[in-house]
Amino acid sequence: MAKTVVITGLGATTPIGGDVPTSWANALVGTSGARSLTEDWVQKWDLPVTFAARTAVPAADVLSRSEIKRNDPSAQFALVASREAWKDAGLDQAEIDHDRLGVSYATGIGGVNTLLDAWDVLREKGPRRVLPMTVPMLMPNASAGVLSLEFKARAAARTPVSACASGTEALAIGQEMIRSGQADVVIAGGCEAAIHPITIASFASMQALSRRNDDPASASRPYDLDRDGFVMGEGAGTLILESEEHAKARGARIYAELAGTAITSDAFHITAPDAEGLGATRALRATMVDGGFTAEDVVHVNAHATSTPVGDIPESVALRIAFGDHMDNVAVSATKSQTGHLLGGAGAVEAVFSVLALVDHKAPVTINLDRQDPAVNLDVVTGTPRVIKDGVAVSNSFGFGGHNAVAAFRTY
Amino acid sequence: MASTNEEILAGLAEIVNEETDLPVEDVQMDKSFTEDLDIDSISMMTIVVEAEGKFDVKIPDEEVKNLKTVGDAVTFIAKAQA
Repeated sequence: MAKTVVITGLGATTPIGGDVPTSWANALVGTSGARSLTEDWVQKWDLPVTFAARTAVPAADVLSRSEIKRNDPSAQFALVASREAWKDAGLDQAEIDHDRLGVSYATGIGGVNTLLDAWDVLREKGPRRVLPMTVPMLMPNASAGVLSLEFKARAAARTPVSACASGTEALAIGQEMIRSGQADVVIAGGCEAAIHPITIASFASMQALSRRNDDPASASRPYDLDRDGFVMGEGAGTLILESEEHAKARGARIYAELAGTAITSDAFHITAPDAEGLGATRALRATMVDGGFTAEDVVHVNAHATSTPVGDIPESVALRIAFGDHMDNVAVSATKSQTGHLLGGAGAVEAVFSVLALVDHKAPVTINLDRQDPAVNLDVVTGTPRVIKDGVAVSNSFGFGGHNAVAAFRTY
Repeated sequence: MASTNEEILAGLAEIVNEETDLPVEDVQMDKSFTEDLDIDSISMMTIVVEAEGKFDVKIPDEEVKNLKTVGDAVTFIAKAQA
């Protein structure tokens, strides 16, 4: 019998809040985190997209001077979210075996700002001025390493990198670390801080970004007929995963069970999703098997739904195939309408929202959905949060490279 | 332009504070970088590189091991500027 994995702590720093309570309150009512960018480089490079969803609270407002200097912004966000989750789980007051504390922390792109800033220094000032911390800051596993140091996690510190599926894959790996007996507690999540002229130029070049420069708040509009691309977001989400027996033994508050996870790959196209949603369907079905639940148990889906014209439809197809007519009864939320797309952090933040939806019995709203695309046959929550029953909440994440990752949470 | 020892100390303290969060007032002439300020080799090299930029001097790598105290660094930088 596999160990039951539960969630005992939540943390986040997102474009709609510097912590979980604020982010969740804003997700419920429907608040856009997208804003015009004020950096000089927006005008300097005459970028086709001039807005993004930066974190609502800058990391510099909550971290020390040295923590800002010695960490890439992605790791800064990871620290902020994970300190909140650690405390929320009561682990700051608990005595645990740190040899059995693990980290599974994802990023999609890693320290791209550090890398490119160092490249600027090299070209402008020469190699001597490139700081020794440059590589330890830009490496994709920097956040996992930093969190391991911060919380003295010595079981293992792992870093899944699967583009926008990364944050959800981190939960799958964390779950496996507990089920296999490697760890009792895992700090799991994902972070991203990739807002830079290079990424904006590249995503814009592939026609993936919304161009609603005049109205950033309306730009992320998953499932809407007038959607024209995603909005770059940044931030991090952290979930404390714990074996049920460990959580109970220390009297921890349990939010929900991480019932099941699955990862599949499309082997279809490096960026485009399989139009028939086959890879996503297989992931959804495998999650049901892994989690021991049926379609009828599902009460809520936090969809990947990035607001790109081509991306939103295959997911809805996959949900219909995997969960059948029961999808008529499932409240679907696309919270990227509010947060923008946190890439490697997205799955983690959406997992936090999925867990809270179960706890509060409320599915958050999807904003900017004025005219639903008829190709999307889903019951999408708009206007006010939807009351949901006890059951299973499913969070989907799909990434460039054809990665599909699904996590399912069950009312505890 | 040459700086006074006080200016160099204040500038170094600022660099050390940003790198380590140590209060600037803890960075005194007689303090050892490793023993008193607990500065590791990566942070030491960061401080050296940033001091070079701030004071427009060169601090050769082979010289860094001789900069045991803050005072050693202040003296070296003052001489290099002269």
